[in-house]
Amino acid sequence: MSEQTVARPAVSTGIPALSRGRGIRLGLKRIGYEVRVYFRVGDQVFFTFLFPVVMLSIFATAFSTSGNVGTNPDGSGGISQGAYFLPGMVAAGILLSGVQNLATDIAMEKSDGTLKRLGGSPLPVISYFLGKMGQVFVTSLAQLALLLVVARVLFSIELPTEPEKWLTFAWLYLLGIVTSAVLGIALSSVPRSGKSATAVVIPIVLVLQFISGVYLMFTMLPEWLQNIASLFPLKWLAQGMRSVFLPESFATLERTGAWDLDVVAVNLLIWCIVGLVLCRVTFRWIRKDS
Amino acid sequence: MQARRGHAGSMNQSTPASGNIVEVENLGKHYGGLAAVADVSFDIRRGETFALLGPNGAGKSTTIEILEGYRDRTSGTVRVLGVDPQKGDIAWKAQLGIVLQSSAEAAHVTVREQVEQFAAYYDRPRDVDEVIAAVGLTEKSRTRIGKLSGGQRRRVDVALGVIGRPQLLFLDEPTTGFDPEARRQFWQLIRSLKADGTSILLTTHYLDEAAHLADRVAVIADGRLVEIGPVDAIGGAEARIPVVRWRDGAGLHEERTLEPAAFAGRLFAATNGEPRDLEILRPSLEDVYLGLVAAAGRLPTSAAETTGETAHV
Repeated sequence: MSEQTVARPAVSTGIPALSRGRGIRLGLKRIGYEVRVYFRVGDQVFFTFLFPVVMLSIFATAFSTSGNVGTNPDGSGGISQGAYFLPGMVAAGILLSGVQNLATDIAMEKSDGTLKRLGGSPLPVISYFLGKMGQVFVTSLAQLALLLVVARVLFSIELPTEPEKWLTFAWLYLLGIVTSAVLGIALSSVPRSGKSATAVVIPIVLVLQFISGVYLMFTMLPEWLQNIASLFPLKWLAQGMRSVFLPESFATLERTGAWDLDVVAVNLLIWCIVGLVLCRVTFRWIRKDS
Repeated sequence: MQARRGHAGSMNQSTPASGNIVEVENLGKHYGGLAAVADVSFDIRRGETFALLGPNGAGKSTTIEILEGYRDRTSGTVRVLGVDPQKGDIAWKAQLGIVLQSSAEAAHVTVREQVEQFAAYYDRPRDVDEVIAAVGLTEKSRTRIGKLSGGQRRRVDVALGVIGRPQLLFLDEPTTGFDPEARRQFWQLIRSLKADGTSILLTTHYLDEAAHLADRVAVIADGRLVEIGPVDAIGGAEARIPVVRWRDGAGLHEERTLEPAAFAGRLFAATNGEPRDLEILRPSLEDVYLGLVAAAGRLPTSAAETTGETAHV
């Protein structure tokens, strides 16, 4: 990424200096290109973009007769199954849009020659990453908007009205999506070929979703599995989103009986930094001499 | 894309520095104990079209990828635009055009979107529509690259290679999968780039292509440079001696002679009439090339003796 500092005077070899600020300018230009390509790839749209909506619809429909969650002893109150699983789907969407999307996308671009070609062009690495990050932001925001609209309109799930809840949502989203994107970029260097990318990435994100309280109530899991899940960021993101979308009284269902948003923030931040370091260390346009 | 008329004859008007655009000295590349390239030296002059020829696996692509900065060399010195490719920065890359041996995918964008995207990476790009026209894809410009044929995708690669107005263009087997008409059109494009002062390094398996386009060629066999020189001089005078071929009752005869017409005249007199299947053949670049490669020990000698590509006089 240090390559972006190229604005230097022309040398005697006849190589003209490049215009200033092109790293950012080209990064912005690439966002449009990346978003366009994202929505043209059918399986990407289904398995990443629409997946949380599909899963929410299944949960809300399949369990529509199983009664509410968190009802009072007299059977009153509580929220629908769909409402209970909504925060998990929000967290899953953030994970898919970052980790699954970028890890498979970049692994494919590595194996199909796209990165080699870009590496031979004067596109700065930073512009490439800005393009990917922008694509993740745009698509995940659209995904979450769609998810919330479907939840509200089709399944009549109450959304929070307090501004401070949405403020919490905003920082959780930002920290979550950046962490998820950098981890996706880092994970993209694991698959050895584009064909194996989905086989490597999908099991990882799927297992994480099952053990992190997305599809199953977290506290129902055995203690040791909860401990393992707590090592990974998704558990914390899902917990944070529950604090936004579930009634205050549901905090008692958490492991410690509280939302622990400070612990959520610390865990996400650690993973964000780990991800950034991993990207910086592992990303190459090509593996030289492979 | 067209050569600027009115400056005919001054091919290098836009290239400030004269001299060599590429300098390669004692280049070596080893993988473990295996030498892919050994002790290769050559220079490419500014404005020159230089063809690197050799059998598959001879080290052509390894050499070209070292020059492009994709691979690190094991030994020797390399300068491309005066810069060591291992230390080439983005400003250096902006002066290069690279057409790799294999196409990149980009199946979901249209031809025009892709060329326009790459044009933005350069400060002084060529006109997008002119470049698309020059590679013959105007009618396909709104088609997604994934829907193009192999030859058409290759033309997209060429368009991306030239869009940035490079000082030096690398073409690694650029015309693989082209039909004859597309190949001729490509040659026309290369000639106009050359007239604009672009220096070109070309690898190809089509010897007629090298003969048409290159000023000089180098032949690599087994990682070593076996010959280098102008297209009409490599292999030496010996390799270019014309062949007179005819048939009689005893079968096919061949005679190599510097005076083929005189020889044919004597033959006419001796056979008391028109000799059967008389041909006078001048060895083509392909014959010379096969002879060189055979001599380097890569092919059985018989393969070099006759080919269908000999030029008829």
